[in-house]
Amino acid sequence: MIHALIDPFVEFAFMRRALVGCFALSLGAPPVGVFLMLRRLSLMGDAMGHAILPGAAIGFLVAGLSVPAMSLGGFIAGIAVVLLAGFVTRSTVLREDASLAAFYLVSLALGVLIVSVKGSSIDLLHVLFGAVLALDDSALILIAAIATLTLATLAVIYRPLVLECFDPSFLRSVSPMSSPTHFLFLVLVVLNLVGGFQALGTLMVVGIMLLPAITARFWAQDISNMIVVAVASAFAASFIGLLLSYYANLPTGPAIILTIGAFYLVSMLIGMQGGLLWRLLPRKHLEA
Amino acid sequence: MTQDPRPAISFHNLTLGYDRHPAVHHITGDVARGELLALVGPNGAGKSTLLKGIVGQIKPLSGSLSLDGLKLREIAYLPQQIDIDRSFPITVFDAVAMGLWHEIGTWRGVDRGRTVAVQDALRTLGLQDLAGRSVGALSGGQFQRVLFARLLLQDAAIILLDEPFRAVDTKTVDDLLRLISRWHQEGRTVIAALHDLDQVRAHFPRTLLLAREVVAWGPTKQVLTPKNLAKSRQLTEAWDEHAEICERGERVSA
Repeated sequence: MIHALIDPFVEFAFMRRALVGCFALSLGAPPVGVFLMLRRLSLMGDAMGHAILPGAAIGFLVAGLSVPAMSLGGFIAGIAVVLLAGFVTRSTVLREDASLAAFYLVSLALGVLIVSVKGSSIDLLHVLFGAVLALDDSALILIAAIATLTLATLAVIYRPLVLECFDPSFLRSVSPMSSPTHFLFLVLVVLNLVGGFQALGTLMVVGIMLLPAITARFWAQDISNMIVVAVASAFAASFIGLLLSYYANLPTGPAIILTIGAFYLVSMLIGMQGGLLWRLLPRKHLEA
Repeated sequence: MTQDPRPAISFHNLTLGYDRHPAVHHITGDVARGELLALVGPNGAGKSTLLKGIVGQIKPLSGSLSLDGLKLREIAYLPQQIDIDRSFPITVFDAVAMGLWHEIGTWRGVDRGRTVAVQDALRTLGLQDLAGRSVGALSGGQFQRVLFARLLLQDAAIILLDEPFRAVDTKTVDDLLRLISRWHQEGRTVIAALHDLDQVRAHFPRTLLLAREVVAWGPTKQVLTPKNLAKSRQLTEAWDEHAEICERGERVSA
């Protein structure tokens, strides 16, 4: 049994690399997802995943399947969408969700256009769905660096970030940190999406950011525990998903995300913090 | 209470509003240091707008206001529309401790002395048994007490309260009023937008009656007369889509 769990990684270097890459991704992305969820911006992660596509595509056009070029392009595109959407939100009648939607849709179309004019549809599939079993050194270093930077930045802006989620107008009234915190946080979102899209593609990378966070909501009552549960479930899902894809010959990215999806479904049913089952059980109410 | 002759807040022909339409216009006058001032007027009179103007959330359309050397951080403001996420997983203790922001900022920890300060604030508001609870589990009145405990810790020179007693039972209102008069005795400047005129008469020495402009401003008894109140109701008409440009110049309100 133990052998069945370990052998694929012992035997094949590409499995080891995939595991390391996914673990690094699981360290940085789920904590960011926890804050996205708590700020009710879950769907924004998805929007940003689309927004980085044209940048990655331009990087691909310029330098082929090069990690630094595609990542830099994706990062620039993501930040541009964040800044433009923020600018439009502040200066016009549009709310943040609408202005973000407008920009990411344009961005997505542009990305698909660029890839299909110049590349083949296989390239497009690669960008959209990633290739977790083909992570090279530069991709691994990039993912690890982003995870490190993410955790360090979160530690620095933790308190204003929590307050920005809980009571943003209070933070604005006591500190000028509100806008810088919001922006830094969005940078982290973009960075983690860029880091992950080599492995999981621009669409499914959002899954390893948000699904563990949403799962954790059913198990933990405060934010720090939520982050721990989210990271732990992302680790477990990476491991299980890779084995699933190895033994059942399934595509790896979807196998990992579906494993976290299964965690979510189970948690939603039996989670201690507001899971469905506990609400359905006829339990007698307490004295006070 | 030392009497500092300089006013805490002065308005100079101040007009505040949204999108060129004034919500309240041509206010001139001073709020003295240590004053306990009620802000009264019908809905739409511009009470909230005036408070937002004082904290700088909206910029004057014309005129100005000065805070006489007081920094914005010395103002504590409890808005009417709180965009607080009550389902957010944070304990009562942590929520109240954020009132210490000026001391702890982004990085400094809540040490023993500050923990005691938070516990004192919780006790003052009768929340000591709820410290470990999540804010989502509180009733409306308890949550209002949490906000007041946080205000208490902010230790501000000017405290602005926008309808602080909405949907709160009489026991809680009494407790909160007691805290407000304690702030008054400590020499803090408190301005509260209120609707309950009996409450204002009983607890607030001075009143500013607004109806999109100053109707009357002074000792509560002289302001809240039937004549002034009738006038304030008349003056508060809604936003006029095709309003003319206001040509009123310097007009000193009494």
